[in-house]
Amino acid sequence: MGLVLGGRRILRDVDLRIEPGQITTLIGPNGAGKTSLLRVLLGLVPPTEGVVHRRRGLRIGYMPQRIAVDEILPITVRRFLSLGRRVPRERLQAALREVGVGWLLDQPVQSVSGGEMQRILLARALLREPHLLVLDEPAQGVDVSGQGEVFQLIASLRDRYGCGVLMVSHELHLVMAAADSVVCLNRHVCCTGHPEAVSRDPAYRRLFGDSMPPGVAFYPHHHDHHHDLRGNVIPESAPEGAPVHGDGNDD
Amino acid sequence: MDAFILRALLGGLMVALVAGPLGSFMVWRRMAYFGDTLAHSALLGVALGFLMGISVNLSVILVCMALAAALVVLQRQRRLASDTLLGILAHSALSLGLVAIAFLETVRIDLMAYLFGDILAVSWVDLWWILGGGAVALLALVGIWRPLLSATVHEDLARVEGVPVTAVGIAFMMLIALVIAVAMKVVGVLLITSLMIIPAAAARRLSRTPEQMAALASLLGCLAVTAGLWGSWQWDTPAGPSIVVAAAGIFLLMLAVPVDWMRRRGEAGRAEG
Repeated sequence: MGLVLGGRRILRDVDLRIEPGQITTLIGPNGAGKTSLLRVLLGLVPPTEGVVHRRRGLRIGYMPQRIAVDEILPITVRRFLSLGRRVPRERLQAALREVGVGWLLDQPVQSVSGGEMQRILLARALLREPHLLVLDEPAQGVDVSGQGEVFQLIASLRDRYGCGVLMVSHELHLVMAAADSVVCLNRHVCCTGHPEAVSRDPAYRRLFGDSMPPGVAFYPHHHDHHHDLRGNVIPESAPEGAPVHGDGNDD
Repeated sequence: MDAFILRALLGGLMVALVAGPLGSFMVWRRMAYFGDTLAHSALLGVALGFLMGISVNLSVILVCMALAAALVVLQRQRRLASDTLLGILAHSALSLGLVAIAFLETVRIDLMAYLFGDILAVSWVDLWWILGGGAVALLALVGIWRPLLSATVHEDLARVEGVPVTAVGIAFMMLIALVIAVAMKVVGVLLITSLMIIPAAAARRLSRTPEQMAALASLLGCLAVTAGLWGSWQWDTPAGPSIVVAAAGIFLLMLAVPVDWMRRRGEAGRAEG
């Protein structure tokens, strides 16, 4: 499959297979065409060359990158979740609780934080009971410890629903731990396969340099504290000696 | 009460009722300038109606819809930024209309009435047009409400969830064209969008759901029509502009509502939960 937009070639000879029930992660440098590839797979943009085969009746839950609802449109989280179709309140509440933001149901969408919005989007995708979850940078705008949480949440949702997951991410080390297979993209597919194998692939090393030792993976561990989801951005100017929560790097 | 005042009030209230929900969507979808462009083209419809000897109401509807369709096609090509395109079309259509009217030698047209409205001259036939067009527009809007709202909040999400985004978008444009055409008589082509935009914007702060905002916009619009007509009667001012001034006044009053008290109430609830 290939894609040309406005005379510029975005994607070339992409040949990709998304397996059911697997977490497939799309990585690549900025401008590699990751989001464009997702948009083609979702059917939002027709490919210039080639075709996208979807299983018949495939239901996709999509979580776009960053969404801001204009202040002029008054809408609560509950209404936002049921835009697709009418859903009983209890199910909405359950879906929000599942992604850890159960208290947001009756809030205006504009009042939630970036991290909360990501979870609300995830809940909206889950409400469709999708066969495939497509996530565009699910951990964007979430701090480092929060990112780990997001990827763990995604993995646990996959286990519970048995849906496939296709996601784009920049968080290389986190991705490596959370994915069943990794697709490394730079306008074409550089390499693909099990995370371990991809990280040793010369093509991957060329793309991301040696800044990351091969095989480095996120180490799943438990904090002795928990970040609340509202205040998860720790101010850098926190006074010395104040009880500062770790950001995931220092322990 | 004199019959013409009653007709003016009826016509104005019906327009305000339809303009509320339609105007809300125009505000949400950032289509204020689009509406303006359509309204500007209405004058061309007037001229064509006289030239072809068909009902002016009908020809205005047809011209507005044709222009809406042209805009859809041109916007798709993305050769020009949307606002540039709208600017070109709005003023070309208006000027073309004025030029065309100048060619009509046999008919004398009260240009001011078309530009700024002549609500006091609304006839029973006009009222029927407003009622018919308004009812069609309102019913159709209710019919596409859910998919249109979904597409307005986030187009890609809606598309992935199976909403026919392009189709409902075009349908909505046609509804705007219809309402502008039938409402022209009340406030005129230059002011009609204000009757859609201002009450909707004024309703924002008191609303927590899209439906609340739409209903409240209708209500505030009716208030503006009533107040404007009363003022016009009282001080012998032009009716259309008086209605718009009243709407602007209501908007300013709404600005004085304590900063997002609804929102603050919501956050208090969240802190407890």
